[in-house]
Amino acid sequence: MIRIDIDKKLSAAGEEDMHLRVNLEIERGSFVALTGESGSGKTTLLRVIAGLERAEGTIFVGEERWLGEGGALPPGKRRIGFVFQDYALFENMTVERNLLFVSPDRELARELLEIVSMSSYASRYPATLSGGQKQRVALCRAMMRRPEILLLDEALSALDPAMRSRLQHDILRLHERFSTTTIMVSHDPGEIYRLADRVVELKDGVVLRDIDSRFALSENIAAESFLLRGELIELIEENGAAMAVVSAGRQLLKIALEDADAGRFAQGEIVELEFDTGCAKIVPKGEASQL
Amino acid sequence: MFAGIDWTPFRLSFELASVTTLILFFLSLPVAWWLSRTQRAIKPFVEALVSMPIVLPPSVLGFYILWGFSHDSPLGRLLENYFDMKLLFSFEGLVAASVIYSFPFMVQPMQSGFESLGRSMIEASYLAGKNTLQTLFYVALPNIKPSLITATVITFAHTVGEFGVVLMVGGSIPGETKVASVAIYELVETMDYTTAHIYSGVMVLLSFVVLLGVYGFNRSKSRKIKGSRG
Repeated sequence: MIRIDIDKKLSAAGEEDMHLRVNLEIERGSFVALTGESGSGKTTLLRVIAGLERAEGTIFVGEERWLGEGGALPPGKRRIGFVFQDYALFENMTVERNLLFVSPDRELARELLEIVSMSSYASRYPATLSGGQKQRVALCRAMMRRPEILLLDEALSALDPAMRSRLQHDILRLHERFSTTTIMVSHDPGEIYRLADRVVELKDGVVLRDIDSRFALSENIAAESFLLRGELIELIEENGAAMAVVSAGRQLLKIALEDADAGRFAQGEIVELEFDTGCAKIVPKGEASQL
Repeated sequence: MFAGIDWTPFRLSFELASVTTLILFFLSLPVAWWLSRTQRAIKPFVEALVSMPIVLPPSVLGFYILWGFSHDSPLGRLLENYFDMKLLFSFEGLVAASVIYSFPFMVQPMQSGFESLGRSMIEASYLAGKNTLQTLFYVALPNIKPSLITATVITFAHTVGEFGVVLMVGGSIPGETKVASVAIYELVETMDYTTAHIYSGVMVLLSFVVLLGVYGFNRSKSRKIKGSRG
């Protein structure tokens, strides 16, 4: 069991003091998604667990005290794997050296690169790799200490959807292969559903929701699957019919407007898309709930 | 035309610059590293102090160093009484003065090099269980090579080119403190324009070649990085 009970002052510029106050018990081997608005303290929580930032309180991993009376265990002494959003590879070292720098275990390095299909890149330098390849290497590097806890700080948010899906698969394989406890900061409901078994949502430094990831999904079905919010990019005319181009989620949609609606929308407006038995209808923000 | 030319001042200049650069490289490392990482309120004060030699007239700096090394000052007395060192009008004194004078030229490029490194790369090294020294030598320094080369060459070149401080602190003792820049000044004063021309021409040529080398290296370095990414 991993027990986290911390209090840290977050320095929010101009606003009154906000505290990150989190009390969590995490079962070993579980996969926790950490979500919430930006500034809610997700990354700070991750950094406190890693020892990259100081905090009041205690962190216990099993019987081992990482934070508490007697100070904080330095990051290098905690068995942590940390994956940064910007990869943070050592640019002066080859892929293989990046891994061996953490621990001189060649066998493990080879196995890890094998798992993420990066074996043939072992002697390449990071500057010659794509973003997805870099993050796979970073993931392997994070596993080199056989970490107790794997921390992923929006590790996939800089990647395109196909590469994300690829890496989600890799993360899950590594998580299972090394039975680590994984905590991942993510905003992507699909990613959370696919990987995590528990979702913790932070708001203003405190836990807002702490639920099973399957419940998070069912709520999303009710709230979002039939109602998509997006930005109206352009109003065009096609074959005499008025059309709206709307950017919603990761999609660009073209939707026919009813004649009566043609004058109601402006470019740049946030609109809602209702999906009603297979037909999409576009309505101004807030009006969808009338149905 | 070059027969009978005394090259000793050039040898002295380059010896002075080499020793100064070597000392400054290791002296500046911890300072530049600390400045690049600290968020303490004292940082601007240290930065201002380090950069003073850029702004101060060499005569002001030279005057204080002159006074500092003389036995009128506590430092001068300490050095003379306990270490039997007389820094004034000696090569060692020139080295000490040059270290002060060229300090910012080593610290500033190093510091901006360290600052250009992503915070996460350094943290990744700590998370890998490495200490600060290991992180510095295996991760930070190898990744800021262009900055290190710029810092080293600019410091070297700047020390070769210094005149005011050297003249005030070292005087012009042949074979000891009479470096090239001082020698040229004396040649002009004694109206030996031929030798002055040769000395000055050599300085111009050397300076250009050195700077060309640095900029050429940094260009090929940045092209390599861009090329491999694109």
